[in-house]
Amino acid sequence: MSSQAENSAHTRQVPSSTDEFIKGLWKENPVFVQVLGMCPVLAVSNTAENALAMGMATAFVLLMSNVLVSLLRHFIPKEVRIASYILIIATFVTITDYVIQAISVDLHKSLGAFISLIVVNCLILSRAEAFASKNTVGKSIMDALGMGLGFILALFSLGAVREILGNGSIFGYGLFPTGFQEWVVMILPAGGFFTLAAWLLIFNIIKQKKSTG
Amino acid sequence: MTGQATISKSSSAKMLRAMVGIGVLCGLLIVITYEGTLPRIERLRAEALQQAIFRVVPGIVETQPYSLKDNEIIPAEGQDEKLIYAGYDSQGNFKGVAIAASGQGYADIIRILYGYDPVNQKVIGFYVLESKETPGLGDKIEKDTKFLSNFIELDVSLDNDMQAVLNKVVPVKNGTKINPWEVDGITGATISSRAIGNIIGNSTEELVPIIYNNQEVFQKKKNE
Repeated sequence: MSSQAENSAHTRQVPSSTDEFIKGLWKENPVFVQVLGMCPVLAVSNTAENALAMGMATAFVLLMSNVLVSLLRHFIPKEVRIASYILIIATFVTITDYVIQAISVDLHKSLGAFISLIVVNCLILSRAEAFASKNTVGKSIMDALGMGLGFILALFSLGAVREILGNGSIFGYGLFPTGFQEWVVMILPAGGFFTLAAWLLIFNIIKQKKSTG
Repeated sequence: MTGQATISKSSSAKMLRAMVGIGVLCGLLIVITYEGTLPRIERLRAEALQQAIFRVVPGIVETQPYSLKDNEIIPAEGQDEKLIYAGYDSQGNFKGVAIAASGQGYADIIRILYGYDPVNQKVIGFYVLESKETPGLGDKIEKDTKFLSNFIELDVSLDNDMQAVLNKVVPVKNGTKINPWEVDGITGATISSRAIGNIIGNSTEELVPIIYNNQEVFQKKKNE
């Protein structure tokens, strides 16, 4: 919201590409601030590895669809824009699915069920609608990179916490001596909500301190 | 008013052009990626299957696919449904078979491969080929070492007539395994681990007597 307001105000400085990149990491982080794309955030963040792979796949789709939407922004009539965006996003999700299969059978085995869910990730649609359809290709790439990286970071911070507490390990390596009682609830769906709530709490406390301080 | 004016601006032809254009472009992109990745995907899948076979029948270096037709084992050719993979060691001796089986898991159909040693009449290995079980819980059937140790020496001996499995493989609750034909389950992955026990139970019940009584098929093929 704030960046759009800045864009329209001619008196203020137009945000540079670096600003477009940085905003996705912190100020407009897709998960912790915009609270977008909750389905994969809660479902695939039960281990650090799954979270990282899912984040990267989503970031790739986000980048490619932002580029294509931005390139075609004068060609797509308003009335059919959502249908066009979904078509473009679905295409890149299909491509991602094939590419992951070509990279590693094991990786596809662990992610396969969730790849197709990227189509309905509202983060990607919202960036296409709110940013790429109104900005140049260069800026759209920076926006996608920032948002994508912000999404990866957020997913990873959830996945790492859940794997450490729920499985006693990180990236499959055990952290605790035998006798550590795992919190099985953390890798169950409920654990996703607990962890997300905790992170949102931390984020909001920091933000509040910043604005008052 | 202005909103209506702008809406009527884009003609149907323009919309049609945009949708068809994007559709064609997207279709093209998908076809190119599909064609481009297909050879590698097929090679990786074949390699993964090969490695899975080597894993479930330890000590083999070569395999030969067979399929089942009217209770008879025949060498699989081309697109035949391959079900049984005979394994041979470096001297060409028949060591055992890897059998593909599948069944309903918690999320979807689970496809597995398990090794059978006709000499000792035991299941000697197990590997999940494809599953969509819940990550972190149901997918323990692939990683849990205690669960996997069920399938190192799982008893599937035949009865005195050599026509049926003496004790069908059955899944039991975690920690209650007493007999060598029972599959100890996983806490937190009860349904998935039971599914594996049942898949192997049903598959061995049907196939083990046939394979045991037709062992010469595998030996013969190798000597030719």
